[in-house]
Amino acid sequence: MPKPISQKKTYSIDNLPKEKFDLLDEYIGGISDKEGSLIHILHKAQELFTFLPMEVQLHIARKVDIPASKVFGVASFYSYFTSNPVGKHTISVCMGTACFVRGSNKIFDKLKELLEVESGETTKDKLFTLKDVRCVGACGLAPIIMVDDKVYGRVKLEDVEGIVKNYKDGE
Amino acid sequence: MGKINIVFNDMKLEVDEGTTILEAAKNIGVHIPTLCHLDLEGFGIVNQVASCRVCVVEVEGRETLVPSCAEKVYEGMVIHSDSIKAMSGRRMAVELLLSNHPKDCLSCAKNLECELQSLAQELGIRDIYWEGERLKYKKDTSTFSLIKDPNKCVMCRRCETMCNEVQTCNILSAVNRGFESFVGPAFNMDMADSACTFCGQCVAVCPTAALTEMDNTTQVWNELVNPKKHVVVQIAPAVRVAIGEMFGLEPGTVTTGKIVTALRKLGFDGVFDTNFGADLTIIEEATELIHRINHKGTLPMLTSCCPAWVKFFEHQFPDLLDIPSTCKSPQIMFGAIAKTYYAQKKNINPESISVVSIMPCLAKKAEAKRPELTKDEQSNVDIVITTREFGRMMKSAGIDFVNLPDGEFDKMMGESTGASIIFGTTGGVIEAAVRTAYEWLTDKELEDVNFKQLRGMEGIREASVFIGEMELKIGIAHGLGNARKLLEDIQSGKSKFHAIEIMACPGGCIGGGGQPYHHGNMEILRKRQEALYVDDENKVHRKSHENQEIIKLYKEFIGEPYGKKAHELLHTHYVARQKI
Repeated sequence: MPKPISQKKTYSIDNLPKEKFDLLDEYIGGISDKEGSLIHILHKAQELFTFLPMEVQLHIARKVDIPASKVFGVASFYSYFTSNPVGKHTISVCMGTACFVRGSNKIFDKLKELLEVESGETTKDKLFTLKDVRCVGACGLAPIIMVDDKVYGRVKLEDVEGIVKNYKDGE
Repeated sequence: MGKINIVFNDMKLEVDEGTTILEAAKNIGVHIPTLCHLDLEGFGIVNQVASCRVCVVEVEGRETLVPSCAEKVYEGMVIHSDSIKAMSGRRMAVELLLSNHPKDCLSCAKNLECELQSLAQELGIRDIYWEGERLKYKKDTSTFSLIKDPNKCVMCRRCETMCNEVQTCNILSAVNRGFESFVGPAFNMDMADSACTFCGQCVAVCPTAALTEMDNTTQVWNELVNPKKHVVVQIAPAVRVAIGEMFGLEPGTVTTGKIVTALRKLGFDGVFDTNFGADLTIIEEATELIHRINHKGTLPMLTSCCPAWVKFFEHQFPDLLDIPSTCKSPQIMFGAIAKTYYAQKKNINPESISVVSIMPCLAKKAEAKRPELTKDEQSNVDIVITTREFGRMMKSAGIDFVNLPDGEFDKMMGESTGASIIFGTTGGVIEAAVRTAYEWLTDKELEDVNFKQLRGMEGIREASVFIGEMELKIGIAHGLGNARKLLEDIQSGKSKFHAIEIMACPGGCIGGGGQPYHHGNMEILRKRQEALYVDDENKVHRKSHENQEIIKLYKEFIGEPYGKKAHELLHTHYVARQKI
């Protein structure tokens, strides 16, 4: 009997800063077609809170007057959005077709081993969050990893440790 | 409507503009298999997401196969549903669905009722070429009513259509993406923590066992073999016109007598009709309505028999809690009387009485567990099973249902009127209430008890009944989306009704989430409804207040309708809940 994997639940967090909710409300207030702009609102919210805990998604649902299940459906569909807290740096490994055939899965495995996390998880020192993402649109540079907004192209397996070390040393 | 010429499997046809390929096929008797498609004809409910690709056909000039359920015909269209390309396309769609589907059919809750299983059988699939990875999500068993197993979800989205578009509860949504996707509530919360009403319409339309009822039959068997227990059972009106379907009888066959005999064979110590509880409900509800009208109380008064509807307004309209009647539902009223009056008369310790309900409904399971309805730690109703579970119990006991002789309910509390029978269909509760309210308000005998203007299948109905000089304005809604519209009118002060009846399921209890599966055939619901009205007409007494056993109950035990004891035993209150 295979062990059940738990459905990843959305992180719940109390005492989120009120001023960030105010900023979010201000942003939502300025949009005329609120329901049609859900993705933009989620982007803004993630920019403000760094991730989308349950309280934030529920807040958006009530502000925009759409079901919470719909907000969650959209937030869980796009790999860009994360419901769990993230580390200082996010390492995204592209698993799009071009990167995959050039071995991005091996790079991903190497990172999992190095950082001791699974996809979507954050390291114990809260420094890195590891994610696998779909095509980032730079297939000519495959395989690609991104650390925050910086793109590393034509990454070789032996480069990985060095890239991570750079960020660790920067602390 | 314009006509369009098409060629279908080499036949030249003229069809209406706007027809889908699937509809065109149906008209000429060509069968195209479907899975995600669901058309609840007459209810305006169509699930047309074309996600399963099981119904694909070949259209000349088109490179890829097209889903016949969603594709409309156009002038000159040449369609092949019987070409090798079309057939193998459909077959591949089913094989791919099976490639990651659990293969525990033998012990699955939907064994022989599963539409995916039927498809595999229909298409003669013997080998599956692709053995895919399996999902390993946890089952959600958090509620008293239903079980959600995401691993068996085929993403047909029928449950979403029912939950969001028909019922407007908005609990279910597609979660995640690609292989990991399934249908679930917001934030992956337990269904028990969501605003789910447990109406069970998602279960009623799920083609597989991704959504099924919580099975409580084991508990019933355990009670039946416990010598210390006096086990009584009640059956709801809608059960008697549907259970026969599980044994090959025509939908709408009235099987009350056979059910009684079967229940006695199964070993129940007392066999009762929820209709007795329904007659009791009418006495209380009609009194409450008259009281509200005479004392300028809150109007409109809304019925409160349907537990899914009760939970719906608690979550969605928490500011309107004083609108519904305070009457408990018939099943709960029956439980309360069984544990008091019946216990006293029979000289049985209420603690040793176990009340089992057989209901067409999943929400009734959750209702029986509501804290305020479980008085003195002694549940008013102990176990609720659905029509389907009852059918399975009879099958496992080897009961030859079709050939059973008719039995009679217990004598005490065994009488019921025609008014209570129609509780099982939309419009029935309010018609029953009007029959009694009329006579009480006018002091005259009601000559024609049939209020045909209250009957039908339209989602929202309005009617006026003249009671002497007074015009009683009545609203009726079935389906929670329709109920929402009536409630929004109340909220905005636009409502013009005195009384409103609401039932959560399409058609009322006859279309409940615990009834034998209709597999999208709405004719079944109509036949069940018709049967209830026929059964009503065959009764000597057709007004609740003429029920002799009810009159006796008030005289010997309860006292005044809507009085002090009645309030303690038969009335309840509601709780404001979160919308999530």
